[in-house]
Amino acid sequence: MTRITMTVDGATVSDDVAPRTLLVHYLRETLGKTGTVVGCDTSNCGACTVHLDGQSVKSCNVLAVQADGAEATTIEGLASDGELHPVQRAFHECHALQCGYCTPGMIMQSVDLLAENPDPSEEQIRIGLEGNLCRCTGYQNIVEAVRTAAKEVRS
Amino acid sequence: MIPADFDYLAPTTLDEAVAALAEHGDDAKIIAGGQSLLPVLRMRLNAPEVLIDVGRIEALRGIRDDGDALVIGATTTHHTVSSDPLVREHVALIAKAIEHLADAQVRHRGTFGGALSHADPAGDLGAPVLALGAEFLVAGPGGRRTIAADDFFDDFFTTSMADDELLVEVRIPKHTGWGGHYEKFVRVAHQWPIVAVAAAVRTAGGAIAEARVGLTNMDVTPVRARAVEEALVGMPASEEVIRQAAAAAADGTNPPTDLNGDADYRRHLASVLTRRAVLAAAEV
Repeated sequence: MTRITMTVDGATVSDDVAPRTLLVHYLRETLGKTGTVVGCDTSNCGACTVHLDGQSVKSCNVLAVQADGAEATTIEGLASDGELHPVQRAFHECHALQCGYCTPGMIMQSVDLLAENPDPSEEQIRIGLEGNLCRCTGYQNIVEAVRTAAKEVRS
Repeated sequence: MIPADFDYLAPTTLDEAVAALAEHGDDAKIIAGGQSLLPVLRMRLNAPEVLIDVGRIEALRGIRDDGDALVIGATTTHHTVSSDPLVREHVALIAKAIEHLADAQVRHRGTFGGALSHADPAGDLGAPVLALGAEFLVAGPGGRRTIAADDFFDDFFTTSMADDELLVEVRIPKHTGWGGHYEKFVRVAHQWPIVAVAAAVRTAGGAIAEARVGLTNMDVTPVRARAVEEALVGMPASEEVIRQAAAAAADGTNPPTDLNGDADYRRHLASVLTRRAVLAAAEV
């Protein structure tokens, strides 16, 4: 076992983990952060996307030990004081989900995309989200939600 | 799926990493970003007993200006490389190739040196690095040595680094003022290329003064399309010249046949994509 200490959604956590533990399993099973889901388990689908030191990563493709000392934000840490993050609100208002399984990852990647490019074109949104798959193929409203959130964040 | 059990070492200096690799030999694998290795471990295609994480070695990270070249530390992430102003100015082809590599999340974690050491013939960095004549500085128990790009890629997923060596940094000669373009053909988003072409061109007075063309996934290693380069140099930068030169793109290659296409299809793709890549790089 290896001792890791990190910040997750603003709280400091410290645990002994087996080195082979994937970050997503540490988040879900040790910390109970089940908002982050495992989708494809092959690092294709992006459902498990979280932020590590301010950048989006696929948490099924990072070892928990690699995240030692890092600061992670999951979908559960986006809202503040009960107020949804503008991207969360836009996904809700634009009905940017069908089954909802890809949604946590889509939202986390969208937040990352908007941090880097506050005014993306439709094409830039589609390219920026290419690492996130929606098996319901509900991309139209997802793109609309990101555009809506971008406008709100800029105003 | 999770990986088989392994011991985890996280050295903070290059010497410690080299010593750990020497000690554990074949039982060990180096991990940096892990974006290629972790899927392999999870699918149990490989099960090393020891993982040596070089991600905490500060000296392996970063980009520096070294006069006539840029030097990129092995564990610098793809995202850091492609967004670096020096890279965009002096080796634009590299930045453009990275924009097409995998997806944003993978580019945040995956590392420049890791991808090159992995030596996937369908990897997006080999062809541009080869085309720009990079040099690889590697370290082992016997010290350090430099390997030219032409000698670095040895075989399918194999480099000429010895088992006890690891990549320190990659030195890429500046190609300031050159046009660069990476033309990649894929069926679906964020995939490995079926074929891709990296082109860097310097034009002067409407003619092609110098040209470098590298091919991805046209052989067991990335390869230079030297016949194309030779056909371009000294010629007018015109569509007709570039079309004729690109016809020789697949000369001397040995492309694979797989579910995405057979070898003949890849040879055809190589000339089409070479034409597009050189046209874009030469801004014709």
